[in-house]
Amino acid sequence: MTTVEDATAVVHAPTRKIRILERPKETTGWFSWVTTVDHKKIAIMYGTLAVFFFVVGGIEALFIRLQLAQPNGTILTAARYNEFFTMHGTTMVFLVGMPIAAAFGNYLMPLMIGARDVAFPRLNMLGFWVFAFGGFFLYSSFALGGAPDGGWFGYAPLTSTPLAQGYLPGRGPDFWAVGLIMLGIGSVATAVNFLVTILNMRAPGMTMMRMPVFVWMMLVIAFLTLFAMPPVTAALIMVFMDRNFHTNFFNAAAGGDPLMYQNLFWIFGHPEVYILILPGMGIVSEILPVFSRKPLFGYAIVVFSGIAIGFLGWGVWAHHMFASGLGPVAVSAFGLSTMLIAIPTGVKIFNWLGTVWGGAVRLRSPMLFALGFIAQFTIGGLSGVMHSIVPSDTQQTDTYFVVAHFHYVLFGGLIFAVFGGFYYWWPKFFGRIMNEPMAKLHFWLMVIGFNLTFFPMHFLGFEGQPRRTYTYPTGMGWDTMNLLATIGAFIIALSVLVFLVNVIYTSRRGPKATADPWDARTLEWSTSSPPPAYNFAHVPVVTHRDDLWHRKYTEDDEGRLVKLPAGAAVDIEDEAHAPVDPHSIHMPSPSIWPMIFALALPILGYGFVFKNYFLLAAGVVVALFGLNGWAIEPSTEPEHAEEGH
Amino acid sequence: MDRTHRLRRAGATAAVAIAAAVVLASCGNSSGPSNKQNALRPAGPYAHKILDLTRPFFWIAVVIGVGVTAGTIYAALRFREKPGEERFPKQTHGNTVLEVTWTIIPAVILATMAVPTVATIFELAKKPEGPNVVHVTVSARQWWWQFTYDDSKIVTANELHIPVSTDVDLTLQGPPPCSEPGCYNNGVIHSFWVPELNGKKDVVPGRSQFLKLKADRVGTFLGQCAEYCGLSHANMRLRVIVQTDADYKAWVANQLTSKSEQFYLQGINNAQWGCASCHSFKPTVPGAVAPNLTHLADRCMFAGDIFQTNEKNLTNWIHDAPSLKPMGDLTQHMPNFSAQGMTKDQANAIAKFLLANTASGPLPPEYCPQ
Amino acid sequence: MAQAVVAAESGAVAHAAHEEHTTNTGVSNPKLAMWLFLSSEALLFGAFISTYFLYRGRDAQFRKGPTPDKMFNIPFTSVTSFILLMSSLTMVLALAAIQRGDHRRLRIWLLATALFGATFVGGQVFEFTEFYRQGLTLSSNMFGTTFFVLTGLHGVHVTVGIIWLLLLYGRSMQNRLPTEKSLAVEMAGLYWHYVDIVWIFIFFAVYLIPQH
Repeated sequence: MTTVEDATAVVHAPTRKIRILERPKETTGWFSWVTTVDHKKIAIMYGTLAVFFFVVGGIEALFIRLQLAQPNGTILTAARYNEFFTMHGTTMVFLVGMPIAAAFGNYLMPLMIGARDVAFPRLNMLGFWVFAFGGFFLYSSFALGGAPDGGWFGYAPLTSTPLAQGYLPGRGPDFWAVGLIMLGIGSVATAVNFLVTILNMRAPGMTMMRMPVFVWMMLVIAFLTLFAMPPVTAALIMVFMDRNFHTNFFNAAAGGDPLMYQNLFWIFGHPEVYILILPGMGIVSEILPVFSRKPLFGYAIVVFSGIAIGFLGWGVWAHHMFASGLGPVAVSAFGLSTMLIAIPTGVKIFNWLGTVWGGAVRLRSPMLFALGFIAQFTIGGLSGVMHSIVPSDTQQTDTYFVVAHFHYVLFGGLIFAVFGGFYYWWPKFFGRIMNEPMAKLHFWLMVIGFNLTFFPMHFLGFEGQPRRTYTYPTGMGWDTMNLLATIGAFIIALSVLVFLVNVIYTSRRGPKATADPWDARTLEWSTSSPPPAYNFAHVPVVTHRDDLWHRKYTEDDEGRLVKLPAGAAVDIEDEAHAPVDPHSIHMPSPSIWPMIFALALPILGYGFVFKNYFLLAAGVVVALFGLNGWAIEPSTEPEHAEEGH
Repeated sequence: MDRTHRLRRAGATAAVAIAAAVVLASCGNSSGPSNKQNALRPAGPYAHKILDLTRPFFWIAVVIGVGVTAGTIYAALRFREKPGEERFPKQTHGNTVLEVTWTIIPAVILATMAVPTVATIFELAKKPEGPNVVHVTVSARQWWWQFTYDDSKIVTANELHIPVSTDVDLTLQGPPPCSEPGCYNNGVIHSFWVPELNGKKDVVPGRSQFLKLKADRVGTFLGQCAEYCGLSHANMRLRVIVQTDADYKAWVANQLTSKSEQFYLQGINNAQWGCASCHSFKPTVPGAVAPNLTHLADRCMFAGDIFQTNEKNLTNWIHDAPSLKPMGDLTQHMPNFSAQGMTKDQANAIAKFLLANTASGPLPPEYCPQ
Repeated sequence: MAQAVVAAESGAVAHAAHEEHTTNTGVSNPKLAMWLFLSSEALLFGAFISTYFLYRGRDAQFRKGPTPDKMFNIPFTSVTSFILLMSSLTMVLALAAIQRGDHRRLRIWLLATALFGATFVGGQVFEFTEFYRQGLTLSSNMFGTTFFVLTGLHGVHVTVGIIWLLLLYGRSMQNRLPTEKSLAVEMAGLYWHYVDIVWIFIFFAVYLIPQH
């Protein structure tokens, strides 16, 4: 067996005729990134691309805000506006929210459970490339006949009506449906991978109830992804078939029911909301204890609340449809189930506060973002509960109130948690600590910008401004708040700019990080920053929840924290740097095949969108080529695996 | 070090102050602008009921929200580790009593909310009955509204006249099924919403849904389509004009009187432009795909309630509609007649004719507040 | 598409059998992955089957077109369904063969399974063309839409399974499927049985429950 570090292995590589078919060996340079199966490198690629799409989606949002800064805006045409709000939503959900969870999950989850990689490294790689190609496939629509313009939720029959009727001009809805199916394939692959890793590959002693909350949340969202993607895939297939092959799924003229689409979409769509927010809750649950020097308050109940949210998330989808006409019995039932889901969510919030309470609070940037998360997510949660009051919801739904609500959850919640996570784990990811004054400037700008943008929208909604409208007349009294929101949006943009500058600054001048710069609690901090390819020289043996903490500290009789003698702490450093022969650690070899297979998907996608049989055939050939290579290639090079094999 | 501290506190104070300012500015005038489309200024019992249901929970939410935010800030500042200090706090892992308490309290609050919620749901779902109830069928098109009065058979567009203090029973009717092969739906989902009179309800192809309105004062109330329905979704507005019983009866009578269809067709030069293939000039007959124009000039606005009905607007609209309201590739929409050779003068003549002959009298100004 | 990926990965992982560690659950990684993946697939079929049920009979008052009672040839479909079910038996025999180390029988049973599957797909193709000739298309009415898409989706799954079996057969012919890699056959078997079970549901739902 060999390791990816084994530079000499290149010499012994079997010689094959064609370059691309040769198993890649590179561990540095761009080709090593393209062919990597290392969960940490894949995570960094996920993260980088997600941040890129975050900026793209953010620019779309800035255009939307410019258009709405005053009545009768003329920055964008109606068609462009509709494309931008559709792509803003689609981008932020599928190209930012989900991949950023995959980024954090990929990097941290194996480290946190003491594993050397995920269960299926190449499947992991496939997930990333499907996301990358899927994202560019979606955006290529701008150049190839019109971007999606039916909303991120793509309600039929607007999206499913055949092109000839001209309801939605251009190929947008086709790109949208095919692109989302594609991204769904990648998400399911990643979900399966994460589930198997968490269920099967924990280090000795890492029982389920010792896992960090972040890992628990990844487990829950992987299950949610696994079961939420198929219904929406079915719905998207139906939309595509209706639009292109004249089936009748949502054709009322043939007995189809447009509400069928809404049910299928929201059976996915609501769990999807939890797929987006639970990683944020996981991140915050890691940051708060470290910067309060206290264990998470009520670990078990936080975990079970997360699971409860995951389960209840399946029973509330119709609260997106309270104005659709489901009838009083159905809406009452879904209203009540929606109220129910507020309980575990509330419990989590109080437990986070309980964690901070009585701690030794270090107000470093990760902590600031985590605290911002608690307050802002609470506001988003409360406006969410207001939707469960069904009659109120009939006033609020499809207005700016809803826009305010879910941005408080997803921006004030998830995005704040994500930036907190960046500042917290940056030393682990890249070995350097980010510049703290800039980080704090980022935080305060973002808090001000965010609240200035979205708080007024609550009132705009009540005062009658509907969503997804590219213009509004003068004299509605909405002008001031819309202008404030636009100013806020640019403050947010400025804060993101500060973050990006900080990234560049840190990569050049940032102070080098030790293995455990924050005095943290979980296993990822027990190995060097950044960790070696094999993560742990010795697979850790876990004896406690927050195992690293218990190697550094103990409690006295009154429950006060007591530092263990210095020697104990040094041990950790020792262990991370213990001389290990990396040759003895067997890591999966790089591969090119998953990427080739992923490449087949956009080819097939273009084939479907343009009904081009040549492209379809080419896609099938590329897919089979990729799959065959993948199936034949062992995950670790056998030539080196066992001599004489 | 001290300076950074003061700065930090100043920053926190500033943020809180800004947040407070926004909240106060928004709450200062607690019911918002009187834009006739404001759910906070209900003008009828159903909208009132909804607001009354919302209000208590809104304040509970404010209390919880402010409490959690303040608690977060307080905890962060109170337990802050001073620079250079290394504190070793007591390690609490949880507190069952506390955790059970903060599980039960929200549960109790929610349970109390649930009772009036369910009651109101069923109350709002109850169909109004009685001889006075006005029954109207609402159809939603891309991108305008058609109202058909079930009793008088009047067909009108974008402006719904109703008598004050009277229940109005709306049937939100999805587009009629088409039977020719290849025909798909004939429309998309829209949502009927007049915030000051009731919540919204979708108009769904293949379905027929119920919504009721009741206004407790005379006046004009605005609304607009609330479900994204394509390119000109923003340009699909409507108004409800609430009249005294006598005024309403007079309006009905006026709507039912009209000159002969032939008279209109000649006036608009239908032979050349074919207006009647889409529009209708009989008071009780819907246009094939476009609004009934028999009483066009009785309406304050046209084209989905977005342009004032006056000579200039109407001329421009007849001359080149798609340049005024985005229509995209819709197969059936008001065409660009200038491309078919219509001059501005010809358009103006048609506009003048329509303004002169489709009005029942001067519009009462209170219907069309600007 | 996704099932092909799982096939490739599980095949490859099974290839490197020496990698097998003891896992926390005691179930090997590829097998656990397969079960999870199949549970996801179940919801995809679930969505289409429930759509079929919810739309049943709704076409009558809308579009006239060929209706199921006039189209179905129950005896014919029963025979092809029976053949598909028999292929599950041969699949079991194939797995038993490789576990015994009997590679000749393994190849026979793999081929038999693929052949039975192909017979089923052939029957489906025949049925589709026959229906199409009688005027039932994707757009003719709601029955056409839901019937073709649901059974077609299943047909695609069977086809993927056949390709998978043939790849295994090819590998076995090249002596690259030794006894210790029986997991590769087991994975294909899991998938194959699953697709068969789904067909039982579809057969009952579509063909046997009478239309009203």
